[in-house]
Amino acid sequence: MASTKAAGAEIKLRNSVGSFAKNAPDLATLGPVIALVLAGLFFSIKSDRFLTGGNFSLILQQVMVVGTLAIGQTLIILTAGIDLSNGAIMALGNILITKLAVDAGLNPFLAIGLGLLACTAFGLLNGGLVTTIRLPPFIVTLGTLNIAFALTHIYSNEETISDLPAALTYLGKTFNVGQTEITYGSLLMIALFGIAWCILTQTSAGRHIYAVGDNPEGARLTGIRTRRVVLTVYAVAGFIYGIASLLLVSRTGVGDPNAGQTDNLDSITAVVLGGTSLFGGRGSVAGTLLGALIVGVIRNGLQLIGTKSIYQVLITGILVILAVAIDQLARRRKA
Amino acid sequence: MRGTMDYRAPQTIDSGAPQTADSGRKDIVLEARGLVKRYGQVTCLDGCDFDLRVGEVLAVIGDNGAGKSSLIKALSGALIPDEGQILVDGEPVRFHNPTDARRYGIETVYQDLAVAPALDIATNMFLGRELRRKGPLGRYLRILDKPAMKHQAEQEMSKLKIGLRSMTSPVENLSGGQRQGVAVARAAAFAQRLVIMDEPTAALGVRETGQVLDLIRRIRDRGLPVILISHNMPNVFEVADRIHIQRLGRRAAVVLPTECTMPEVVAIMTGATSTGGPAPAGA
Repeated sequence: MASTKAAGAEIKLRNSVGSFAKNAPDLATLGPVIALVLAGLFFSIKSDRFLTGGNFSLILQQVMVVGTLAIGQTLIILTAGIDLSNGAIMALGNILITKLAVDAGLNPFLAIGLGLLACTAFGLLNGGLVTTIRLPPFIVTLGTLNIAFALTHIYSNEETISDLPAALTYLGKTFNVGQTEITYGSLLMIALFGIAWCILTQTSAGRHIYAVGDNPEGARLTGIRTRRVVLTVYAVAGFIYGIASLLLVSRTGVGDPNAGQTDNLDSITAVVLGGTSLFGGRGSVAGTLLGALIVGVIRNGLQLIGTKSIYQVLITGILVILAVAIDQLARRRKA
Repeated sequence: MRGTMDYRAPQTIDSGAPQTADSGRKDIVLEARGLVKRYGQVTCLDGCDFDLRVGEVLAVIGDNGAGKSSLIKALSGALIPDEGQILVDGEPVRFHNPTDARRYGIETVYQDLAVAPALDIATNMFLGRELRRKGPLGRYLRILDKPAMKHQAEQEMSKLKIGLRSMTSPVENLSGGQRQGVAVARAAAFAQRLVIMDEPTAALGVRETGQVLDLIRRIRDRGLPVILISHNMPNVFEVADRIHIQRLGRRAAVVLPTECTMPEVVAIMTGATSTGGPAPAGA
């Protein structure tokens, strides 16, 4: 009798904890929104130039490259992986596209195609090493980071490539919405976020990515081909890095072998600020877009109010720790 | 009176001749003959036989390392045996992965619960076989039919009397028993032939264990035979129609819980009663 009573009480207790925890994910998704709104409010009070269409367009252009890298990074982190090589892969794509088009005189579209192909191949290499030899993604991508970096410098001879054909910088061109000029590149980034969001939330493939990151063995036992899912994710991420390299070309107007050296960490920052868990299985690309915008808004706002940009790095560092701490606490409560 | 049924000494199992004796029996849903699985020096299955009949709950028990898990993994496609044969309704089959077994209507509830905690109940129920929207949205864009999955998940839950209402809450918000309910409901919903449950009550309290045992009976009463792997002897004696006793990678005996006591079963399990000797129960 007593034991049944105790069991009943235990179930009740669990249920109340359950309903409390039900509201916890809302905090995880609301966190980045709150941070972005607070940063926006702060800077619009401090500077009258912040709340303008032109400034928003500028922020979008500033986050365009890292934001696009962060889409691929999100997919990989959702599978409980990590990609340190994305900035270096992008730099390689950047050099390949520009050098093939300028020095080798290839048709610009063919050069773009080859650049995308090379980035996808690097993603496939990452995924192949992770799934077949089962090396930790951290180590694999640390290796490919160095390989891609070296290839970039060997192939480019440390030289910056300029005088690009117009087709390569087309995404840097703008169109007007009212008084505001928006680049095609920012639009492309937002479209990519939209596509990634649809795939992750509305398709089986998306559900499987979450399941693989959440409980890989469980996912395998339910019949999901987990290795194929992970391999595809890395390859798709590589392709997205290729698009990021094209965006980089259009934004800078040159092929720079030293581009993107901190973009790997910046993309991880955006993902983490967006509330995606580094342990995999939970998070969203919508959060990643917010995370990228938070960094962009803070950097832009500090510039507008005339503060040294190094403070943006300081604030970002604090926010990253906060975001991960919130994720950890939420997980601990549910464990 | 003999308490053991289908009792065969290991020698006769290996001899090959008696194996064909009852093959093709109509009431055997799933059968295994002479399964062998080795990992290096370790032999997990050493010529293991198995049979499951129509409409029964068959408990599989055995000491640690007796090869219960390997047997069940072989039957559910999670492990490929080195030797031996598996037959479904008398037809030889080969399972290369759990999906193969599932195609034959065999669903498994795994001990470590193959649920994704961060995903919601409906998603977990349909994980790996999601429903897509009708028309081009589903066919070409592979868009999920979330309302249909939610609806069917609700129906299955109420059919099995699992008291879960919100199909959109993450599984991690559920209690251990409720999570087990989700895993069992998923298996019951998709199983065409039989359900395998690996230690479904291992992590549960008294009351939740009772609920899961009820669930097992309900599934059997729906016409699906159940293979129940359990360490818990009282649970086994409560729900099982027959008990398969695994020892040293083989089937040591099959007994009826009505004609056999727990100590007798334990004796066979641990080898205290020689499997080559006379039948233990009621002897």
